[in-house]
Amino acid sequence: MEEINLAPLKTLLEEMAPKGRTMLLPALHAAQKLYGCVPEEAAVEIGRALGVPPVEVDGVIGFYSHFSKEPAGAAVIHVCSDPACAMAGADSFLKMLTRQHGSGLGGEQVTVEHAPCLGLCEHAPAVIMKGRAVQAEALTGETAAQSGSHPRSKVYGEIRILTANCGQGKTTWLEAYEAGGGYAGLRRALSLPPAEVIETVKASGLVGRGGAAFPTGLKWENAARAESNVKYVVCNADEAEPGTFKDRVMLEDDPHRPLEGLIISAYAIGASRGYIYIRGEYQFQYEIMQQAVEEARRAGYLGANILGSGFDFDVELRQGAGAYICGEETALFESIEGKRGFPRIKPPFPTTHGLFGKPTVINNVETLANIPYILQVGAQAYRQIGTERSPGPKLFCLSGDVARPGLYEVPFGITFRRLLEDLAGGIRGRRRLKAALFGGAAGAFATEKDLDLRLTFEDLRAAGLPLGSGVITVFDETRDLRDVLLRLGRFFAEESCGKCYPCQIGTQRQYEILQRAAAGCLLAGDRERLEDVGWTMTDSSLCGLGQTAASAVLSAIRLWPELFASH
Amino acid sequence: MIKSHSIVRTTCPYCGVGCTLDLHIQDQVIYRVTSPFDSVVNRGNLCVKGRFGYDFIYSKKRVTVPLIRKTPQKPGERKQAFDLSEWDKVSWDEALDYVADRLVDIYQKHGPNAMATYCCAKATNEDNYLLQKLFRSQFRTNNVDHCTRLCHAASVVALQMAIGSAAMSNTAAEVADSDVFIVTGSNTTENHPIVALQMKAAVRKRGAKMIVVDPRRIELVDFAELWLPEKPGTDVAVFSAMAHVILKEKLYNQAFIDERTENFEAFAASMEKFTPEFAEAVSGVDRELIIKAARLYATARNAAIFWALGIPESSHGTDNALSLINLALLTGHIGRRGTGLNPLRGQNNVQGASDSGAMPWHYPGYQRVDQEESARRWEQAWNIEPGGLNRSLGLTTTEILSSVGSPGGVRALYIMGENPMMSEPNLNLTRKHMEGLEFLAAQDLFITESAAYADVFLPAASWAEKDGTFTNTDRRVQLVRKAISPPGKARADWEIICDLAKRIESRLGRPGTSFWDYTHPSEIMAEMGSVVPEYRGVKYERLEKAGLQTPVPDDQHPGTPFLYSDSFPRGRGKFHPLDYHPAAESTDEEYPFILTTGRVLEHWHGGSLTRNASLNEIFPEALVEINPADAARLGIEDGSAVRVTSRRGSIVLRARVTIKANPGVVFIPFHFAEAAANLLTIDVLDPLAKIPEYKACAVRVVKAREDELPLPDARLIRGRY
Amino acid sequence: MPELVNLSIDGQPVCVPAGTTLLEAAQTIGIDIPTICYHEATTSNALCRICVVEVEGSRTLVPACVAQAGEGMRVQTASQRVVRARRTILEMLAASVDLSEAPDIQQMMAEYQADPQRFPEAERRELPVIDDNPMYIRDYSKCILCWRCVQVCAEDVQYTYALNFKNRGYETQISTFFDKPLPETTCVFCGQCVGVCPTNALKPKRQWLLEHGHRPDEVMEMTRTQRRRRDRSQAALAAGPSNA
Repeated sequence: MEEINLAPLKTLLEEMAPKGRTMLLPALHAAQKLYGCVPEEAAVEIGRALGVPPVEVDGVIGFYSHFSKEPAGAAVIHVCSDPACAMAGADSFLKMLTRQHGSGLGGEQVTVEHAPCLGLCEHAPAVIMKGRAVQAEALTGETAAQSGSHPRSKVYGEIRILTANCGQGKTTWLEAYEAGGGYAGLRRALSLPPAEVIETVKASGLVGRGGAAFPTGLKWENAARAESNVKYVVCNADEAEPGTFKDRVMLEDDPHRPLEGLIISAYAIGASRGYIYIRGEYQFQYEIMQQAVEEARRAGYLGANILGSGFDFDVELRQGAGAYICGEETALFESIEGKRGFPRIKPPFPTTHGLFGKPTVINNVETLANIPYILQVGAQAYRQIGTERSPGPKLFCLSGDVARPGLYEVPFGITFRRLLEDLAGGIRGRRRLKAALFGGAAGAFATEKDLDLRLTFEDLRAAGLPLGSGVITVFDETRDLRDVLLRLGRFFAEESCGKCYPCQIGTQRQYEILQRAAAGCLLAGDRERLEDVGWTMTDSSLCGLGQTAASAVLSAIRLWPELFASH
Repeated sequence: MIKSHSIVRTTCPYCGVGCTLDLHIQDQVIYRVTSPFDSVVNRGNLCVKGRFGYDFIYSKKRVTVPLIRKTPQKPGERKQAFDLSEWDKVSWDEALDYVADRLVDIYQKHGPNAMATYCCAKATNEDNYLLQKLFRSQFRTNNVDHCTRLCHAASVVALQMAIGSAAMSNTAAEVADSDVFIVTGSNTTENHPIVALQMKAAVRKRGAKMIVVDPRRIELVDFAELWLPEKPGTDVAVFSAMAHVILKEKLYNQAFIDERTENFEAFAASMEKFTPEFAEAVSGVDRELIIKAARLYATARNAAIFWALGIPESSHGTDNALSLINLALLTGHIGRRGTGLNPLRGQNNVQGASDSGAMPWHYPGYQRVDQEESARRWEQAWNIEPGGLNRSLGLTTTEILSSVGSPGGVRALYIMGENPMMSEPNLNLTRKHMEGLEFLAAQDLFITESAAYADVFLPAASWAEKDGTFTNTDRRVQLVRKAISPPGKARADWEIICDLAKRIESRLGRPGTSFWDYTHPSEIMAEMGSVVPEYRGVKYERLEKAGLQTPVPDDQHPGTPFLYSDSFPRGRGKFHPLDYHPAAESTDEEYPFILTTGRVLEHWHGGSLTRNASLNEIFPEALVEINPADAARLGIEDGSAVRVTSRRGSIVLRARVTIKANPGVVFIPFHFAEAAANLLTIDVLDPLAKIPEYKACAVRVVKAREDELPLPDARLIRGRY
Repeated sequence: MPELVNLSIDGQPVCVPAGTTLLEAAQTIGIDIPTICYHEATTSNALCRICVVEVEGSRTLVPACVAQAGEGMRVQTASQRVVRARRTILEMLAASVDLSEAPDIQQMMAEYQADPQRFPEAERRELPVIDDNPMYIRDYSKCILCWRCVQVCAEDVQYTYALNFKNRGYETQISTFFDKPLPETTCVFCGQCVGVCPTNALKPKRQWLLEHGHRPDEVMEMTRTQRRRRDRSQAALAAGPSNA
């Protein structure tokens, strides 16, 4: 490779150097952008500037899909091939694009790659080029047509509290956000002692919306109690569960809402620094959030002495680099700290030993989006929505064979039937429901018999279905679920971090058997193998990824054992 | 997969750390080395030499039969013979009889002053004890010395002057309990790798603060709180300036000074002149760093000082060491865990060889030869007539050689496992002395540059082929176990010496006077222990599981991790006033660089072992380290050939351009015979300790041609710092 | 006085100081929970999951090497779930890498009746032996990714940082900076990594050469460069004088 010009990189590194290792991913992003890859000399320079041993820089490059040592094309087109997009024809689309553009897109060298879920499921098949979502049709022409604007998010719902500003095809900037009552929640919170803010959130019954459903108020209380001069809050915007796009919508249409929630959480626990970690595929949303943060700073909602309260708090934005596992809270911390995204052993828990080893509250985007409303109207008013044990509004992402794929805001407690048939228009083309995958790749299948289930934590748990983050992918009677399981299996095999044996090896063994299943050549004993591997991963994996990697498969074995019979 | 027939536990033969090794053996072949993770010395960790560097044992160059020079060598015309074709292979009887004949002949004609021996800091305590016993009891000479003279002699002298005893005061692993520690004149990661691991862990895991005082940017600087990059030879100024600051800011330990020291007044007065400004001017170290270092060291709860050869290998090495001792006495950082004065001894058994009496001024146990009481004691132990042992101080190694050819000088030299032709300073001069010997016998594994001059070569067993004990740098006596048989006719050193001694005794007409009929080295240790209180409780049975740290005064005593908790051997610790003297040779226009010498991780000293092991494959040639700015100025590129010349000699070798070298100072390791650093070094000695100034002389560096390199094909790219 | 904790392991009462792991606690009553990645001299990462035990009230199985004994805990070290997990992990591992020189793991497989042929058509991790220095070879076909070598080269012991990971998931491998041969890396050949490798993926070169039929006297003289030169000249001779 010819000699590269390190000067621009060195300039950037000079600024980053004082912060040390935590700037490793930003530095690698910068190099990747400058050189189309991270060449050896750049890796050495980055290691030197940030005080990271070169071999560890190398290890980080190798962990994240978005970093490479060899140059890719100047333009990279990512086509999602996870279930919802596959059902919209992504595979053949990928083949066609590869044929067409391998030689050049407007003179540029183009690489076309398959990608895991890009969070654009309601626009399936999802395509990203140069950090922007593109309408698939726009790329079918001979010329390098880039679609003009980002596709408008599709937002519906019985209630529109969280999504009040979403779905209009434009970002709600600060002025509009304030006009609609934005930052009133923060003002309220700052007028109360932090402990009372925590009590309010506890009383609201809000639980985490990222999938783990841990009581938010309790999490905040644990962190507030931890003794440390330094504490952190983190917004987990590493949404990457196949079929999920709710956080994407929130970030692009109403960025101030979760930001306001984050600031309130920082006040509540006594943190003066926060991070917003946005998955690497959400380049567009990252830039929007950057602007929103700037607006907030200028308006005095971030920085020193916020609104004259004496409370100091500011945030740093961080981009992921193509690793689903970094949505796991401790792996996310590792990523911010400039390391490979390996989950940590728990206990200890983030509220006592989190980011940089300090007490940390990490919350999902949707969770934080609830906070301003709770502070505005109070816990009791909040509890009017939803059910006793599942209070509040919930965002559901519907994709697949549903007439109207999109983001749905509903109160907890409505039935699945109401959501699917009344609100989302039922199965596309008047077909029948074969199955609905609840909870994404880490989920389980619901069938017709579950249509009257109330969508609450307690009801779904009783039915053996995960709520997850609220993702529902719908499959009609024509779909071959073995193909669906194969894609889910590939997803986990590619996203496993490789630390613990059950998942590192189990996702691979599972995928191999699913390949046989999809090809119709299962061996005798394959079903038992899937069960052993599946239960081993579920029982003994180190983190949630491994613990749910077999969830859909085990669910399918229970529901459709005939799919796994050998011949 | 190989299944071992036996696993033999022994102690590493390389450096003073003394790691525990498990040798895995099948059919007399050591195929693997491991180390137990519960070893208190090294916790299962090793360096490349201990782990992989044992294969010199199997080198084809190993001599396994006794040899006598075909052509008799005359003094003044002695030549080196590296090739076996120049030697006759003989039997042990023939060889030992010949040695005995020649030694006795010279002794009877010229007396004790003509006789000398170099003992071996790599051989066991038992080997050394016997060789000094032989020369003292039979040839009545104290011209007994070994390479400690070239190593820590000045540290030893200084410690004896100030404290009354000369060994590491604490255990190396106690650095885990230090809040602050100074590392000076020690490139620890390369020369005491396991101690360096302990230092790194202390810094990174326990928050200890390390102060490095060194003319080179050694690897430890990456772990250091402060690095004082002093010009070679300016240690007295830097450390005395630290003392000056401690005195001025009243950070000294008054109680300790009052109760445990003497001569404080004179010392404090002499520290007046060592202002930080003065130290900065002579050493180049920023005065702020000196002040910071002083405060850090003085105000620590537990602070220790570690040093290696940068301190003693100087024309004022004793003063250097005294400047360190003054600091410890001033602050009371001695006599407790995690504190102390810790000279890191180089060889695996230099501590032991010194303890075992391989010294010109001391019997075993540091009992002075010029003290009537000591001499009598040993006369009794060795069954010598009263008044028989020599009461005069003997000559040191360098003095032994420089006396050759002069009237009353040494004529016969018996070298056990040493290689002065690589390790003495100013090798061109050393060569002349070696050539002037009337008789030279070499007991070794290989025909080294020194053995090549010999009249007789006696093939010895390696450390894996005999039993015995080594005493490591923190005074730990550990077992060395025979794992395989010596090859060919090679024999254990102690056996050779006993056999020789009996022949000498009978020629001297006093057969059976002293005892030489040991059946096992444990008996030799028992004999030594009966006269040396510090070793009285050292019995092989007690060493089976782990070593014992001397002093071990009796069979129940568990050994002594750290010393001086209540008092010093001489009573009170003595402060010493000091004056500043620069290095003997200063730079000028003709010789503008300071040359400092030392070791690298992969090699050992004269290279007789490591150049014959696979270690040589990963470090195949000499390299001179030069600072990038200096190299750029001279137009020298990394890996190119350069010529380095001093007033005494000149060598050609490859340049390694690195920030490890400070501007104005170049570094050359002394392992490589084809580019011997000691051809350049200066043979000026410290007046008290007689140790040469290896760490500073003046050289010039110029580009050379590739074809001038002695080993042009040897180039290997290494990535380690 | 350290605080004491009372718990029950396999129905037996155990009393240990607070901070004791379940692995250590079980050892006090003679129960040896199997381990693979665990090593007394390295940081425990609880990644092999072989040491998992069933703790009442815990949804998932718990790694005994790091989990601390808790007051009133009820632990089963060999419940059905535990045994299935251990057996399956061993079977999956055996289908991935060469365990022929890992006698401890083989013994464990026999104990748990793990079938090394359980996963036909499994994609194995097979890599050529890396012989790039005179001291030790790297046979990553045997590597079980226990992390010990990376750790001892990093903060556990050496702070030398010559080894790390490349790729992720099942494709993970141990590697050097940009795959450079070891002499060109920061490696100082201390062999700490060889000393902790549980499967002989890292092995002294001498041992390896002896096992490959070289004579001991040959081996001791052999260095990589010498042998290459010799092999090359032997090959040239075999090819005929015109190629020498």
